[in-house]
Amino acid sequence: MKAFTQHKGIAAPMDRANVDTDLIIPKQFLKSIKRSGFGPNLFDELRYLDEGQPGQDHSKRPVNPDFPLNHPRYQGASVLLARKNFGCGSSREHAPWALDDHGFRAIIAPSFADIFFNNCFKNGLLPIVLEEEIVEQLFQEMYAEEGYELTVDLEAQVVIKPSGETHAFEVDTFRKHCLLHGLDDIGLTLEDADDIRAYEAKRREQAPWLFDAVK
Amino acid sequence: MGQQEHNKQTLYDKLWEDHLVKSREDGTALIYIDRHLIHEVTSPQAFEGLRLAGRKPWRTDSVVATPDHNVPSDAAERAGGIAGIQDEVSRIQVQTLDENCKDFGIVEFGINDPGQGIVHVIGPETGATLPGMTVVCGDSHTSTHGALGALAHGIGTSEVEHVMATQCLIQKKMKNMLVRVDGELGPGVTAKDVVLAIIGKIGTAGGTGYAIEFGGEVIRNLSMEGRMTVCNMAIEAGARAGMVAVDQITLDYVKGKPYAPKGEMWDKAVENWSRLHSDDGAQFDEVVELRGEEIEPQVSWGTSPEMVVPVSALVPSPADEGDATKKAGIERALEYMGLNAGQKITDINLDRVFIGSCTNSRIEDLRAAAAVAKGHKKADSVKQVLVVPGSQSVKAQAEKEGLDKVFIEAGFEWREPSCSMCLAMNADKLGAGEHCASTSNRNFEGRQGYGGRTHLVSPSMAAAAAIAGHFVDVRDFQKEAS
Ligand code: SF4
Repeated sequence: MKAFTQHKGIAAPMDRANVDTDLIIPKQFLKSIKRSGFGPNLFDELRYLDEGQPGQDHSKRPVNPDFPLNHPRYQGASVLLARKNFGCGSSREHAPWALDDHGFRAIIAPSFADIFFNNCFKNGLLPIVLEEEIVEQLFQEMYAEEGYELTVDLEAQVVIKPSGETHAFEVDTFRKHCLLHGLDDIGLTLEDADDIRAYEAKRREQAPWLFDAVK
Repeated sequence: MGQQEHNKQTLYDKLWEDHLVKSREDGTALIYIDRHLIHEVTSPQAFEGLRLAGRKPWRTDSVVATPDHNVPSDAAERAGGIAGIQDEVSRIQVQTLDENCKDFGIVEFGINDPGQGIVHVIGPETGATLPGMTVVCGDSHTSTHGALGALAHGIGTSEVEHVMATQCLIQKKMKNMLVRVDGELGPGVTAKDVVLAIIGKIGTAGGTGYAIEFGGEVIRNLSMEGRMTVCNMAIEAGARAGMVAVDQITLDYVKGKPYAPKGEMWDKAVENWSRLHSDDGAQFDEVVELRGEEIEPQVSWGTSPEMVVPVSALVPSPADEGDATKKAGIERALEYMGLNAGQKITDINLDRVFIGSCTNSRIEDLRAAAAVAKGHKKADSVKQVLVVPGSQSVKAQAEKEGLDKVFIEAGFEWREPSCSMCLAMNADKLGAGEHCASTSNRNFEGRQGYGGRTHLVSPSMAAAAAIAGHFVDVRDFQKEAS
């Protein structure tokens, strides 16, 4: 996994509540057996005026001129500003894969859905929860100023505005550690293999029906 | 925590404690996973990850796989097996699951195997998921299996790989929520209406960060299949896990299932499972209460499962909403759905009807739909009514009972087990602008097809709507028809 330490980038809006994972990446693109290449289909139904299909040349499709991410001012954006309950719905990791592939490194919202939130950390994408009023303020400032950039400092756990003003955010220790160092958490868990085996042996004794039933 | 408090545990506390391998200093915990279900959409990248790292699955006997999302529901296309799948990308994905299961020695119910079905239907029906287990799957509706008194939740693909490699998940304990539904349900009101009413009350993010236990008289009186319907949609209220305490109904259901323990082992298991309920006086962080009598058949009108009202109600008006974000949400939903504020729900005309999905494709669901459809014909204005059983075994049982004939005589189509129009990854889709009465769980924009408009309802409400051509209160429908 790629590490995340500090990042500065243009902010772009996804200005609606309850953005679900079907909206982030529609199901026809989940048929891929790869982890990459979902970027052109991020928010597909909002970005384009036609129905997208896997394997298509997306540069030839009619784009929706009303969708902010299509506006020149947000090109190259890497910090997504969003509203409440972002990422609700399915567990598809294709959602963070698509955001990442499109170039986003951080998402700032008042709240996230649990599974999506968790999936982001596994992919070097940082979801940041800030209070609703602060997020609203960031939206207003972003709309008012073309090229509005935010800096995210994971080590210090702050979002820094162009004015220099900072907003602190919470992140749990384990996730922060993995993200800062780009660690593979499978490797970390396997360091506890002896504990897992010990638990397993005990469990096998207490609940033997849970083992070897399916073969 | 005091000793006394510790003695009084919720069901979730018990399941958590039973599976705790290790609490780590950073506040996370390693939780042991008993059952890992796999389907074709969220597993290929996990297998690829294992290969790249040179890792093997920790315990193959904990894994059960089946293809469900991409497999065709059309009998002719289905008859050709994997090679017969016309959509090339879908075919590759189903093929990949097959190959991965062979390579890694994992039991798979293949595309036309008698054990195949929607992963959340076959888990309980085979006994692959049991009370007291931790169950995961790369699919958010894994909460379904909590109906058995299990800790079950959806995970992402990285976690699928993690569980395969380590048999564990890294977790933080969730908070406890109790949703109590007391009293009694009126006639024509089903488990689906109960869970839609719950989501309408607490909202799609109401359960975020919680494990929800569903309790109260109404839940206790539901069949296992009804409880699965309720737990299935816990995620639609934001909760990764939903669960119901083990009781006699649970035990009667599990007994005799192919993978369930037998003989002496069964007795031992039952003894172990008898403690799988919240202790009297256990503390919940949040309690939500509903009365069964007050729940009417529900119909969703918008693009989020919380946008739901009783069938007797009107489509809400943004003018009545004070909160600006919510107001904008209602306006956008009305526009997408092509509805007017204040319109009667019963005036919504349907283009297609879908009876199926891991929420409502079990035998009782099909019986309920058939009971309404029997002796009627679908309205001419309705282009298509799909009935898609949740598994091969449900299909066989329904055919044994002659339900397939009832549906076919009513002009409905009887299909092969798959997710089908629940998410429209196979050929079953809504056209742009089409309204669908659907027994599935998500009414998100585009979920059932590009531009499609989904209304979530119970199987009997869906069947009644198919016949009337618009929504009707199934209670009046049954009265008129009898
Ligand atoms: S039926 Fe629908 S919700 Fe259930 S697993 Fe399939 S796609 Fe997901």
